[in-house]
Amino acid sequence: MLDQGSLNGILKDLETATALEGLQIATEALSAHFGVDHVVYHWVDSRGDQYGCGTYSEAWKKRYLDQNYLRVDPVIAGCYQRFHPVDWKQLDWTGKPARAFLAEAIAYGVGNQGYSVPVRGPVGQFALFTVSTNCSDDKWRAFTEDNSRDLILIAHYFNRKALAFEPDRSEEQAQALSPRETDAITLIALGYSRAQVAEALAISEHTLRVYIESARFKLGATNTTHAVARALSRGLIVV
Amino acid sequence: MLRYVYAQDLHTVPELAHSMFQDRADQFRDRLGWPVDVSDEGAERDSYDDLNPLYVIWEKPDGGHGGSMRFLPTTGPVMVNDVFGDMIGGGPIRSPLIWECTRFCLSRGADRRVAAALMLAGGEIMDRFRLTSFVGVFDARMVRVYRAIGASPEVLGSRGTGHDRISVGLWHQTPEARARVGARAGISDAQSAAWFARAFGGDTERDYALSA
Repeated sequence: MLDQGSLNGILKDLETATALEGLQIATEALSAHFGVDHVVYHWVDSRGDQYGCGTYSEAWKKRYLDQNYLRVDPVIAGCYQRFHPVDWKQLDWTGKPARAFLAEAIAYGVGNQGYSVPVRGPVGQFALFTVSTNCSDDKWRAFTEDNSRDLILIAHYFNRKALAFEPDRSEEQAQALSPRETDAITLIALGYSRAQVAEALAISEHTLRVYIESARFKLGATNTTHAVARALSRGLIVV
Repeated sequence: MLRYVYAQDLHTVPELAHSMFQDRADQFRDRLGWPVDVSDEGAERDSYDDLNPLYVIWEKPDGGHGGSMRFLPTTGPVMVNDVFGDMIGGGPIRSPLIWECTRFCLSRGADRRVAAALMLAGGEIMDRFRLTSFVGVFDARMVRVYRAIGASPEVLGSRGTGHDRISVGLWHQTPEARARVGARAGISDAQSAAWFARAFGGDTERDYALSA
């Protein structure tokens, strides 16, 4: 089990970052936290503008841009404007340009394994959050089994932050909790078990889980304890 | 067979796509009387079809549409949040781990097995993409069909009466439901996995082969 405490700290730093550099720092911290070679956030918008940060080498970033690999990279082709997470093994690497690209990426230390999460923002904005590393298929499968849900959430937290830095954007509206989500998080903060919360709200535990999941996402958290702490510190709940 | 197709790729299966939108007009306008928009060509489409949703489509042996449903993540615009906020706790549900399922449609003459196959695909999506739940909008009378195929949603609320009655509900991941639905559909796990891999790539086995 990875240390959730440190993940919470990384996400808190990411959320309170006041400059794009905060995203870079978060990719480095996450790569250490997850024990993977690389963590990369890559923004591609409808005007074709790109912005990226992450742990790839300067040489690879330059190479990628110089060669305009956006047009060749199967990860981009497989994820663009979609919304399901992709293990790189699922992608089509059979074409000659894709094979050459892969060989080069591995030579530049990208790794032979990758997992990419597409994120669709407003008005055609699109981003990819990727972790990659060099390891066996077995190890990689175990890693993605354990961490994919966290990675999906973290991908969206990166994008939320990146959008907040857009100059012509008003500050992203604080993600308000719905009345039911507020009730659920408040009762959990009071120490109720899930069964007790569900009973108090006269809903099933399954339904409660949906409200907690949604509250967790709005609060930028990957687990419930963290979500409760954030709701308290933001004054969204009072106990 | 089951097809998984994003809207942006529907042009690769033009007849299947066309018959899907026609069957939606037949179901939602003609049979249920919902106030939906139907084009001159007889296609029922709404604004969510423009958001590049993921469709799951049952393709009949003749290449036509047998049934379908539509998925969008709740991180963007979705019908439950836009229209049914009062039934889902008074505000939007948002999470990349919760997708919305709408426009569950069966073509005329489609039997229960098609409905079961679609629900099996839903389970496949939930498993593979690590989702926790679906939130769905459906014709209230579908509840009976869902129960018959062993995939009952938890109904959160309903609105309207008679033909207009629309419900919002949740589906969650349970291995038992998955096995039940597979049996009702008459589709093996291996077959389902192969169809999924055909759309999304990767190994056809549920557990990745130990290769490379």
